[in-house]
Amino acid sequence: MNQISPGAFLAPAVDWLNTNFHPIFAVISRIIETVLTGIETALLTLPAPAVIAVVVLAAVLAVGIRAAILAACCLGFCWLMGLWTASMQTIALVVLAVAISVLIAFPLGIVAARRRRVEAALRPILDIMQTVPPWVYLIPAVMIFSLGRVPAIIATIVYGIPPMLRLTTLAFRGVPNDLKELGQAIGARPGTILWKIELPAAKPTLLVGLNQCILLSLAMVVLAGLVGAGGLGAEVTRGLTRMEMGLGLRAGLAIVAVALLLDRLSRSALDRKRKGA
Amino acid sequence: MDIKNSDAAEVLIDCQSVWKVFGEKSTEAIRSITQRGLTKKQILQEFNCVVGVSDASLQVRRGEIFCIMGLSGSGKSTLIRLLNRLIAPSLGKVLVKGRDIAALNDADLRQMRAKNIGMVFQSVALLPQRNVLENAAFGLEVQGVGRDERNRAAEAALAKVGLADWTQRYPSELSGGMQQRVGLARALTSDPEIILMDEPFSALDPLIRRQLQDEFRQLTKDLGKSAVFITHDLDEAIRIGDRIAIMKDGVIIQVGTAEEIVMNPADQYVADFVAGISRLHLVKAHSLMAPVAGYAGNVDALPRCAPDADIDALIGAITGGHSDAVAIADNGGIVGIVTIRNLLLGVRGETADASRAA
Repeated sequence: MNQISPGAFLAPAVDWLNTNFHPIFAVISRIIETVLTGIETALLTLPAPAVIAVVVLAAVLAVGIRAAILAACCLGFCWLMGLWTASMQTIALVVLAVAISVLIAFPLGIVAARRRRVEAALRPILDIMQTVPPWVYLIPAVMIFSLGRVPAIIATIVYGIPPMLRLTTLAFRGVPNDLKELGQAIGARPGTILWKIELPAAKPTLLVGLNQCILLSLAMVVLAGLVGAGGLGAEVTRGLTRMEMGLGLRAGLAIVAVALLLDRLSRSALDRKRKGA
Repeated sequence: MDIKNSDAAEVLIDCQSVWKVFGEKSTEAIRSITQRGLTKKQILQEFNCVVGVSDASLQVRRGEIFCIMGLSGSGKSTLIRLLNRLIAPSLGKVLVKGRDIAALNDADLRQMRAKNIGMVFQSVALLPQRNVLENAAFGLEVQGVGRDERNRAAEAALAKVGLADWTQRYPSELSGGMQQRVGLARALTSDPEIILMDEPFSALDPLIRRQLQDEFRQLTKDLGKSAVFITHDLDEAIRIGDRIAIMKDGVIIQVGTAEEIVMNPADQYVADFVAGISRLHLVKAHSLMAPVAGYAGNVDALPRCAPDADIDALIGAITGGHSDAVAIADNGGIVGIVTIRNLLLGVRGETADASRAA
């Protein structure tokens, strides 16, 4: 009967956070809700065919014809499946979660690439973040932010940070030493070396990190349907609880379509310059 | 190889008893070197520190090409990085144009690297996402020079290395030799007085390498630049260098002109190195000649050569006529005689004095 339960310490800690930092959490919650609603509104105001047309046009201009065809197929599929609103909600969640993950992981990853000690300190934390089953994050997130989209986003960010951070560190470690020496030897400032030498050299690996971040975030957002995050996750949850194979399959395929869309578009948009080279 | 001229010239880089010790306990290691005079081996045993460069002193003068020759692990790459402070010395001073670069703040150090010291790397280190022109202009770009001005300078530098038609190409489209030309052009674009060359031609095939060696020497002399040139190839050092420093295990064993090193190697290591080097174009009459008094024949009938004529020229002079010796004339007077015996010894890298003593 003598079991050690971290929960015995963590639950009071979460309670303590809740009582003492509630205003801060309320502000965070408010900001996330506002941005999320903004993105959703932007995606849902126009009718589906118009949004598809805009995305396809933008893809043709910014990326290329192949990406445009892919975007048309993916979005068209979501629309025809009758899951347009849910898909747009999911995209909004993922876009925001990935943006925040990258904002946190990218600078930390660069610092970790330069300082061994920072990396050594971060590594166990990242291991925990990646191995603890994602449901577990949802519990404190829900305790602090209550049900809805905000705990879903928070849990998704926690899940999205490790791949981005690890691959950012790897990417910057992999920049050839002679390129960095070149920067120093021509008298470039550290910021210039980072921006003009290291970043372009690190780009391929960074793109892999972004891709992993997007895909894992999408997986988590779907799981977050359990806590009322809405979107395709809610459809999957409904299909599961009602044992409706058809609904589950449709929602599942729509998730694949969204994943393809976000991954290919982000990758080719960021990778465009290299192709010109 | 005009030694008289370069003697008088201004010293651009003055490296004074510089040490570099790598390792966690390098501070303690340095202290014991200064206080107890430990050797490299003792440092490794006691502190587990590697001595990269040990008590190196050298001076690079304006307009001079200074070669540092050593095998891998001899510390030559570390030494060249100490000269522009890519690596900070553990002990000793490096003066560039009379200023101690350790005393410069970050901004001044950047300024000095940008304006005074260019560098060319063995791996070329071109930025793959930029075309040749953008690569060549990169040094000026980070200095904040406007696009038109830096492109003009880069085009001029690319023209000097024979790449005027390649400005819009990307590095991956260029051969190794051409890439290294871009590296050189990039260093020239900022118009520095000193160019540090870190084994720039080592990865190239022999024909291209020789061609680039000759072009580099010509270009450096034409532009009046000074260069420190790192190489593991003694032939290359002799082709390019006005003076050569031989390095082994972090120590500079000998500094001198190619002729001095070949004729008077400082130790067995250098002697082994120069053993295979052809003396034909290296050894000059003034180091071979014997006193006129020792010659039994008629001096006036001999063909004449200048003191800086090499063995090849002397052989030509002797075989052209029917004499057995050449008179060496300087300023109208005859200063010495080179006999066939002297020539044969010279080809073996010996002088008459040395063989007599032996």
